[in-house]
Amino acid sequence: MPAAAATSVHRRIALVGNPNSGKSTLFNALTGLHQKTGNFPGVTVDKKHGTFRVKHHGQSVEVTCIDLPGTYSLYPKSLDERVACEVLTDPQNADFPDLTVIVADATNLKRSLFLAGQIIDLGRPCLLVLNMIDEAAKSGLHVEVARLSNRLGIPVLAASAREKTGISELRAAICEPLAPPAYPFTDLSAVAPDVVKLVQKEFPGLSQYQALHKAHLLFSEGHPLQALMEAAGFTPSGAQAEESLHRHGVIGEHIAACTGSQLARPPFTRKLDRILTHRIGGYIVFLLLLFVMFQSIFYLAEYPMSWIETGFAALRAWCSETLPAGWLTDLFTEGILAGLSGVVVFVPQIALLFFFIALLEDSGYMARVSFIMDKLMRRFGLHGRSVIPLISGMACAVPAIMSTRTISSWKERIITIMVTPLMSCSARLPVYTLLIALIIPDRTIGGIFHLQALTLMGLYLLGFFMALLAAWVMNLLIKTRERSWFIMEMPVYRLPKWNNVLYTIYEKVRVFVIDAGKVILIVSVVLWFLASYGYGGAFDAARKQEELIVAKIEEAESSKNAELKEQLPKLYEERAAAASHKLEESFAGQLGKFIEPAIRPLGYDWKIGISLITSLAAREVFVGTMATIYGAGDEENVEPIREVMRKERDQVTGKPVYSVATGLSLLIFYAFALQCISTIAVVKRETNSWMWPSVQFIFMGVLAYLSSWLVFVVAG
Amino acid sequence: MVVMQFTDEHLDTLAPGERAVIKSFTDKALSLKLLEMGCTPGEEVMLEKVAPFGDPIAINISGYVLSLRRAEAATVCIRRINNVA
Repeated sequence: MPAAAATSVHRRIALVGNPNSGKSTLFNALTGLHQKTGNFPGVTVDKKHGTFRVKHHGQSVEVTCIDLPGTYSLYPKSLDERVACEVLTDPQNADFPDLTVIVADATNLKRSLFLAGQIIDLGRPCLLVLNMIDEAAKSGLHVEVARLSNRLGIPVLAASAREKTGISELRAAICEPLAPPAYPFTDLSAVAPDVVKLVQKEFPGLSQYQALHKAHLLFSEGHPLQALMEAAGFTPSGAQAEESLHRHGVIGEHIAACTGSQLARPPFTRKLDRILTHRIGGYIVFLLLLFVMFQSIFYLAEYPMSWIETGFAALRAWCSETLPAGWLTDLFTEGILAGLSGVVVFVPQIALLFFFIALLEDSGYMARVSFIMDKLMRRFGLHGRSVIPLISGMACAVPAIMSTRTISSWKERIITIMVTPLMSCSARLPVYTLLIALIIPDRTIGGIFHLQALTLMGLYLLGFFMALLAAWVMNLLIKTRERSWFIMEMPVYRLPKWNNVLYTIYEKVRVFVIDAGKVILIVSVVLWFLASYGYGGAFDAARKQEELIVAKIEEAESSKNAELKEQLPKLYEERAAAASHKLEESFAGQLGKFIEPAIRPLGYDWKIGISLITSLAAREVFVGTMATIYGAGDEENVEPIREVMRKERDQVTGKPVYSVATGLSLLIFYAFALQCISTIAVVKRETNSWMWPSVQFIFMGVLAYLSSWLVFVVAG
Repeated sequence: MVVMQFTDEHLDTLAPGERAVIKSFTDKALSLKLLEMGCTPGEEVMLEKVAPFGDPIAINISGYVLSLRRAEAATVCIRRINNVA
């Protein structure tokens, strides 16, 4: 080994391992907060990378670490696995590591060594971490680490990422001089020798296994060599099966030589499974869990949300008083601050929801949900795995749709993608919260059932059942010959690691605030402009009228004349009317009025019409729009938006605009319509066509319109 | 003397707690995935659990639990071990 490798101050490593091997926990333990999540180029597979420094033999080594998606083998069966495979096998790849760190679940050596063996056979520097060694020891499994290391010909370390043991040893081992495995894991010379020679001739320098692996890739890509390979009798599935059997033979020997007794399933997991996958108990627990999730989101999130709301209201009031009057101040307080408030106010809900989802994932419970739901889901053309995207869809359809990648069947995946936006996402939550508080009484029935919380839960269930119904219809319409499978591990239950949960929450909130926040902010500013400016004489007259009243108010407020003071209440009313009139004549008002005839049957006026238009960008903009619309009606008194809406009366009838019928109709509209640019963009990316997002947008729009109309007619 | 009849038994016919040894696979594509997951011929399996409504099932194999659909289990040929406790 050249000495240069040992003294290099940079090292690029990749973590690879089976799903549930504790890879991400290890990644968090190594990198701490010095990590970022992005995308692999061209695909929407999460790419987590981070850095850390190690003092090694008096030298500081900077390590760049990439956490590859969980994979079972180097023969990819899903997009996640393909990305991991490409990084590890292609030296031209930007993330190709100097050293591959294989993370093995020590309690599951047989399956872990399968992947490890493939990586060893690639013949590049790697080391093996036996993670969860504490759990293995607890259940009576002893692994002779030194002997295993000798047999495998690579460094082997025992660690527990959860207990943070073995981490410093791992850091040190990462900085040791690089060396390829001492010998191959498996003798594969009998597998397709002619094809290996063929590939080696075309790509000189490849080792025997590198060539064999390359042969599989070339074959699936339809490389010109394919015909020659076929002529040599090569079938990928045959070669793969042969290789797998060879591997398992070797694995069996290693395990027999290096470990004691076979592991038994932890009795705790077995007992818990008896309840959680029970034919009745399992569903009761699942429903209870959902109920607890939404009750706590509704109650717990309310406090920080009201602090944020009142905080921003106070800030806006203070700014509009302190800053010089003019359009720039208006832009800042009415456009930017109002929009920002609309973004930040989500953070508590998103954090809480992802807290629960991370708990379910981390504890191993999600796999049970899939297990007990698969039969039901399959009936609707979905997969047991669809439950996870669907549930994640309750937080945000964007990551949920991205998580459908683990569904290997195209049809089940497409259906899951299509119906996931029907699940009530967190962006709808502010709309729901606002409208529910407006039209549903704040009352408790039967001692525990809060009427508003029940309505909220009802909306979530409605979204869920509509998603199933839509899936069922699509299952009949979409034809395919491809097959699906449900082969997956049921991990043992583990206490969730708070670190992992917190990292998840932090990442989700960050992505939401930055990605969705941008859209919300821009739309808020555009809206403010549309609502504050207009075209033509009618708008100018309305604006002058408003200015006149504002001037009168200022005069009356600063005057000591009691008679003038008495006129103030009447003047305030006049000002509100003038502001409303001005909005009516603005660009936004024109736009809202333009679509009013179309939405009148649903019980909406032109102000709601404006909100529907702006919500096309993102549902949560509804709240921001309402803030801008009614904020424009009452500039100096920045009252919480809900109260302003409650007081809003129909100018003709004098009845509240937000009647129960209109409110319900709006709730249904927001439950079903695809008002989310981000979702549309993600669906386009994940299906690689504009057809699917278009179909989705139209079917959800028609569904929303018809359902809202029905609800308005019935409730009215 | 009756000739012993050779019947192909499949993984989906196991009852909970019953043990068997994997013999072979009838579906090539599926077998590759199963091999990766540690289901090798000669390996002992036990039916751990059946999901509500009878499908999917969960098997205990080489110390961990794997869930799969009944139709998928039907592609795995097994030999029953007759020592049900």
